[in-house]
Amino acid sequence: MLLMVSVLIFVGTQILPGDVAQSILGQSATPQALANLREELGLNQPAYLRYVQWLGGLLQGDLGTSLTNGRDIGEAIGQRFGNTLFLASCAALIAVPLAILLGLISVLYRNRWPDKLISIIALASISVPEFLIGYILMFYIGVQLGWAPSVSMVTEGMPFFARLHAIALPVAVLVLVVLAHMMRMTRAAILNVMQSPYIETAELKGLGMFRIIRKHAFPNAIAPVVNVVMLNLAYLVVGVVVVEVVFVYPGMGQFLVDHVAKRDVPVVQACGLIFASVYILLNMIADIVSIMANPRLRHPK
Amino acid sequence: MSDPLVRVRGLKIGATIHPPGEPSQDVEIVKGVDFDLARGKVLGLIGESGAGKSTIGLSAMAYGRGGVRITGGEVFVNGRDILRLREGGLRKLRGAEVTYVSQSAAASFNPARRILAQVTEAAVLHGKFSRREAEARAVDLFRKLGLPDPENIGQRYPHQVSGGQLQRCMTALALCPQPDLVIFDEPTTALDVTTQIDVLKAIKDVIALTGVAAIYITHDLAVVAQIADDIMVLRHGKTVEYGSTDQIINTPREDYTKALVSVREIDHQEQPPAPPPVLSVQGVSAQYRGMDRDVLSGINVDLSPGQTLAIVGESGSGKSTLARVITGLLPPYKGRVTFDGHDLTPDQRSRPREDLRQLQMIYQMADVAMNPRQTVETIIGRPLEFYFGLKGAERRKRVVALLDQIEMGAKFLDRYPAELSGGQKQRVCIARALAADPKVIICDEVTSALDPLVADGILKLLLNLQKEAEVAYLFITHDLATVRAIADSIAVMHRGKVVRYGPKSDVLSPPFDDYTDLLLSSVPEMRLGWLEDVIAHRRMEAGGE
Repeated sequence: MLLMVSVLIFVGTQILPGDVAQSILGQSATPQALANLREELGLNQPAYLRYVQWLGGLLQGDLGTSLTNGRDIGEAIGQRFGNTLFLASCAALIAVPLAILLGLISVLYRNRWPDKLISIIALASISVPEFLIGYILMFYIGVQLGWAPSVSMVTEGMPFFARLHAIALPVAVLVLVVLAHMMRMTRAAILNVMQSPYIETAELKGLGMFRIIRKHAFPNAIAPVVNVVMLNLAYLVVGVVVVEVVFVYPGMGQFLVDHVAKRDVPVVQACGLIFASVYILLNMIADIVSIMANPRLRHPK
Repeated sequence: MSDPLVRVRGLKIGATIHPPGEPSQDVEIVKGVDFDLARGKVLGLIGESGAGKSTIGLSAMAYGRGGVRITGGEVFVNGRDILRLREGGLRKLRGAEVTYVSQSAAASFNPARRILAQVTEAAVLHGKFSRREAEARAVDLFRKLGLPDPENIGQRYPHQVSGGQLQRCMTALALCPQPDLVIFDEPTTALDVTTQIDVLKAIKDVIALTGVAAIYITHDLAVVAQIADDIMVLRHGKTVEYGSTDQIINTPREDYTKALVSVREIDHQEQPPAPPPVLSVQGVSAQYRGMDRDVLSGINVDLSPGQTLAIVGESGSGKSTLARVITGLLPPYKGRVTFDGHDLTPDQRSRPREDLRQLQMIYQMADVAMNPRQTVETIIGRPLEFYFGLKGAERRKRVVALLDQIEMGAKFLDRYPAELSGGQKQRVCIARALAADPKVIICDEVTSALDPLVADGILKLLLNLQKEAEVAYLFITHDLATVRAIADSIAVMHRGKVVRYGPKSDVLSPPFDDYTDLLLSSVPEMRLGWLEDVIAHRRMEAGGE
């Protein structure tokens, strides 16, 4: 699967217009200088050969070197990736439990005002583009109220709580963006299970609504919920590009955007591959959890 | 304790229905029903589907399923009107004083939790027993209900036990909190006859042993006659007749009750086999892809023209698979099927259209076998157009003729399936099969989903059509009473093999092989004490060996 993705990424980046030599040397470069630089960077070799070289490097854990500044990509990405994961996991730690809790509350008060209020807010937040939410929060909370910095610069030796404070706003934006999807899915999955005859059995046992949902409905709704949670976690890692750029956060997303602008193909390829791996890994976890949650698969006849 | 445990007066139950394309309307499902139930007694509620029997049963827990509401009357349980209880009071009633056993235990157990946890849940939660006591009770009940390995069966998940065992687990679930009343809602309907008899006996014994009162709901009068002290016959939400079991079975007063008691007494004179057969299955063995096991092995049966061959067996015996082989949906790996003297191509996709026309099929579920967005005319007219190229007025004329044949008439031309009753739907399916003017119709459990009286009507219709159109039936069923009513020859199937095959009179008379004997003796008979007789008979035989 990853191999297929690597081919796709490679082909995709080759089709991209633009020339790294041109962008390094600028518009006024002489044709001779351009040709020399291309030779030096190995851009004149046929594409399949470059792919094999790239793949060979990957298998040895070598992501290659940047075309523009000659640095080792793995090293440069490492720190950025760490930052992105930090941002994503903070958002996930808040969003996942909150979404499931809100989903449960929605079921408990189905079609009454708490359910409607939750749905309206969640759907509104998912409908507004994330950069807009970002700027709105930046303006009111960051600038007007001054509770959190509107530019999320983090540096290496920063203390933990200072870091948390710095990323408060992007986390808030991300939470708002992924919350609705997970919460609606939790609600739908549990409501679907609530139609089952075994829920009627539970009701006829005289159980309270909360216990029915917790003990009888939720365990059977885990699989769809986990799937959507993992999809959203993947989004938190992969889809943060816009939010990172808005808040000038030194993560993978910004790194990627910078290097696309510079036509630095190896860096773009490496980022693409890392994103794809995260996606595949999380979806695999979702599948495994779904299997674990299903007693039919866990305990065969 | 002179007061009865349950006292129902003037019970009225309504529901809001939403017919497609029309404004929703309120309908009355139960129109004023009275009954009393003393402690330790069993009341049988009987009637066809839609008679309101489940709804009445659930009213003893003040519970309305779906959009159902109790609109009037009084339901006293243990001396108080439970219709006046609030949410908290109802919770104390449900699962503690009154418990419920549903038709499908497989659906009513939570697939994600172990059986024991579910069986003991209500007893523990209502504070009737400690967890340890409840578990001991559950094991004791498992034992009394004749479940294998009672100590450990509770540790399994619902999918790990068989349907009959799960139904008994459900009974244990209902009895574990030591309730005063248990509502049994068709607890044996979904089971095979040979399993039904064991579950029925287990339920009867455990009721006697624990002294609990019960409301037993079923559409099968022969079943309820074995277990109930009193029987109430319901129709269209009203009481038709209410009396002791003995009186209802032996001296019914109302016509409807008499019809129920005498149901299954169609007289069909058996025809001797008339070679050459129109359809012949020769040495057929078949497997499903990816499985090593034969679902059918070495099947040999013949169907004579214009006659009925009944294929009898329990679920999993391979009888429907045989139909799939004949229709070409599952090509066999060995053997052949001949039709009207020539070999049928094993795969349906490469069969000539003429063969397809001559071999029609009717299914158990009439409503899913029809396109809900087509009118009756389109549904029946389709094969006329497809096989005979009939169009317009000519086609309509033929459809009307077919509708007359199935005793429905031209007024149904523009109806949609949703506007028809279950029996009418099945009739339309029969007309659609007849439209192709076939030599053989395969009927797969065509009466199993219907109420006894409606099923009777369908069987009579099939027999009449057989005389008129000289069509042969391959009749697949698990119901031996149906077989008696309609068959000329019978093949009894068990685990993919034909264990007994021949003319009806031979197959149904002794000496029997073990399986046929078990099957025949398991069919409930419409008399008191039948259950005890069968069990005693089996014990004797087992002891004598």
